[in-house]
Amino acid sequence: MPTARIDQIAPAVLNRWHPVAPLEELTPGSDRLTTLLGQHITIQVDDAGAVAVSTVSSPADAAARQLPTISRYCYLWVCLGVPDVPLFEIPEVAEPGRRVLHAGTIGVHVSAPRAVENFLDMAHFPYVHTAILGEEPHSEVAEYQVHVDPDTNDLWATDCVFWQPMAATTSTTGQLTDYLYRVPHPYCVILYKTSPIDQRNDVIALFCQPVAEDRIQANMFLCLLDDENTIGMIRDFQLTIFGQDKPILENQHPKRLPLDPRAETPIRADKIAVSYRRWLRDLGVNYAVIPAA
Amino acid sequence: MSATRTNPSANVDVAHALQRWHPIATQYDLEPRSLFRTKLLGHELVVWRADDGFVNVWENRCLHRGVRLSIGTNDGAELICRYHAWRYSNRTAGCTYIPAHPADSPARTITNKTFPVTNRYGLVWSSQDPQGQVPELSVLDGDTLGLRNLPVNAPVGLVLKHLATHTFLPSDVLAPGLDVVAELAAVEMSAEVSTYSATLRARLAGNESSAVFFVQPVDANRAVIRPVLGEAPFNTVAVLRHHAAVLADLVRDIERAAADIESRPALPSALEVPLELPTVAVAVGRSAPLRVSVRRKWAAAAGITAFELVSHAPDPLPTFQPGAHIDVHLPGGMVRQYSITNGPGETDCYRIAVKRDPASRGGSVALHDSVHQGDELQISEPRNSFPLRRNVSHTVLIAGGIGATPLIAMAKALHTNGLGFDLHCFVSQADQLAFRDQLAEFGDQLHEHVGLSPQETGEQLSVLLAEPSANKQVYACGPPPMLDAVRAVSSDQGWPADAVHFEYFKNTTELEQGSSFVLELARSGLTLDVPSGATVLEVLRENDVPIVSSCEQGACGTCAATVLEGDLLHQDVYLNPTERAAGHTILTCVSRATSNRLVLDL
Repeated sequence: MPTARIDQIAPAVLNRWHPVAPLEELTPGSDRLTTLLGQHITIQVDDAGAVAVSTVSSPADAAARQLPTISRYCYLWVCLGVPDVPLFEIPEVAEPGRRVLHAGTIGVHVSAPRAVENFLDMAHFPYVHTAILGEEPHSEVAEYQVHVDPDTNDLWATDCVFWQPMAATTSTTGQLTDYLYRVPHPYCVILYKTSPIDQRNDVIALFCQPVAEDRIQANMFLCLLDDENTIGMIRDFQLTIFGQDKPILENQHPKRLPLDPRAETPIRADKIAVSYRRWLRDLGVNYAVIPAA
Repeated sequence: MSATRTNPSANVDVAHALQRWHPIATQYDLEPRSLFRTKLLGHELVVWRADDGFVNVWENRCLHRGVRLSIGTNDGAELICRYHAWRYSNRTAGCTYIPAHPADSPARTITNKTFPVTNRYGLVWSSQDPQGQVPELSVLDGDTLGLRNLPVNAPVGLVLKHLATHTFLPSDVLAPGLDVVAELAAVEMSAEVSTYSATLRARLAGNESSAVFFVQPVDANRAVIRPVLGEAPFNTVAVLRHHAAVLADLVRDIERAAADIESRPALPSALEVPLELPTVAVAVGRSAPLRVSVRRKWAAAAGITAFELVSHAPDPLPTFQPGAHIDVHLPGGMVRQYSITNGPGETDCYRIAVKRDPASRGGSVALHDSVHQGDELQISEPRNSFPLRRNVSHTVLIAGGIGATPLIAMAKALHTNGLGFDLHCFVSQADQLAFRDQLAEFGDQLHEHVGLSPQETGEQLSVLLAEPSANKQVYACGPPPMLDAVRAVSSDQGWPADAVHFEYFKNTTELEQGSSFVLELARSGLTLDVPSGATVLEVLRENDVPIVSSCEQGACGTCAATVLEGDLLHQDVYLNPTERAAGHTILTCVSRATSNRLVLDL
């Protein structure tokens, strides 16, 4: 599918930081090629471990450009434009007793907003994540609240509750899980959910690398209250969940997210999705979406 | 070998193509409870056969979030989307259940896009906007044999150009040891080629066979050849094998030729997003938009007559959910409500049952005596104020007499969905159980309670409702004294009010209409007076405020409105005690304000 030219991409996307690689894979002396917003970029790590990212020259972008980077939350973040929006804060990362890790990266043939919207959705748990994140007959999505934080402009869904047979690797029984969703970035979403073993919340995030308008690398970031399970087990759990979502996401069409409210049929349970689409429109996002007429 | 007439089309005329019927599947592609995915003129379709034999052709896209319906489930009655398990009905494609909101009846606008369908020559045909019929081909008038269907990576025009010179042998000459290559060189072919099919005749040594090669335009660069032989040969296997072999050669040649073509005609893409959702007119008041005829009238039990109502129009009857009812307009201007007893997917008719009740207001007698098989009636679209929640593991259905009708529809839905339930039917005599034949499929989930006194009924209800549970729901429909008993017993046993649901035949409350008050409509900006003796509903209607109503006795819940301000005198039997206490809802047909001012969200 043709993807928008880089000079047509709105500042709300172009001037933001986007994840392009898990830091643990950037070993000294390595060199890798990836794509961000349709633009090929190289990530070079010298023998001392210093990272340099630059565009790969093309007929449209003649000279290779050096790009600004940030190493944070287990990923290397890059900006293709002028980075005028700081990378969002996740204060929990600094708390003692938490395990902060990159759980995995999966390529998905869908737009980033479709993946974010799926991450914001509770109603599919009993059908797509059967016996893990949901189970019939517990299908009801109770009313929850949505607001935009006036200071940060983050989009929040609060008071979300859903019955889960196995909410996390630390679960021993089903529980009513409390969720908070936070969207701090057009293609990144953070979930705070009741920990089966702690008063505080587990933090689970999806950071999408928008490879093209209809293609992503989905990065799963965790900041967990789990000191029992091995990294392997935690990763397996997350990969199982995302592996169940992938065939759904890849069978959605159009692959770009339609922002016209008449294009699809939301219900009350989709309040956060409706708000997310409006929030994207208000930000002026024009990449990986079908703008409203 | 000679081609008598050829008319190959290099480019597809899209406007013309959209108005034609095209073959999209063979009958044997539609295995029971499976979903078949294909494309026609760039539009992706899902094709599925329900257990009643009806073949559904729908846009392959759930209107909720755009997921392909073809990755869902065909349960024989409904197509269930893989993502959120929304259920879409056989025939209408209307949504019947949204699990995220178990207590709601899905809006009628939630209907997937359907395409017309017809079956001919062993093939399933469809069209975007059909003008005319499936092509009539005299060659296929008698016996036929469907040959191997082959997908081709080539535009339709190119496929037909090659089909014009395709050769095969008459069925009768096919025998073991035959030198096929030599015979193919000798066979005399004639071809008649139109835009989407080629009729070919092969003659050799006095033998002759004809076949029509239909071509399905998949998209700009792909097609499917769907050939049908105009005979039923004795040597079926040899014939099928021969055609499979020569068609495979043909396809190879076509694809080679296609690889040389650079520019391709453009066809519409399946990825277009429909900006306008299908809009459905909302019925206002007691309109009777549907004309139906009585296909069948029969005795469903002693004193109970059943009617099967079918649509007059080519369109199917509107989607219903378990618990829904229709208004039936009767001679003399009477309007009566009857529950639809159909199960999921039973969408070619509405089945209702009417108990003869000479003491009633005359509706049942009129239906029993004056309406006959073949007669025409006017009915409303189905409305559902008794929706069936399916987010519990067990459902208790309690029916008093003819009150069984909505509960039969519920039992059928629970049965089809594989959910646990018990259907308790209280009747005074065993021969008064309606639809006994249809209830047999419920096995030991059907319980008959025959000839119990009011006291015995109460005792039986205490047994049935002995174990309240958060994972159970109760639905009851029947005469008011029995429902009062269910309400009392369930409350005594500790059932929460929102787990027990009622549908009253009628409201026997003595109505108080003496008060007068000011009615403010927040959204319309109107201020109206409700004088004593007039209902809120009447005042709304006199002032052309659109509001839907049905029973107008405070029993069905159709005319409910949201209350923003005011104290209420509830005179309905629809709201439960929790809802009454909350004071957010008023049934405008019977209930009133006790305050001087009532503000509604209308």
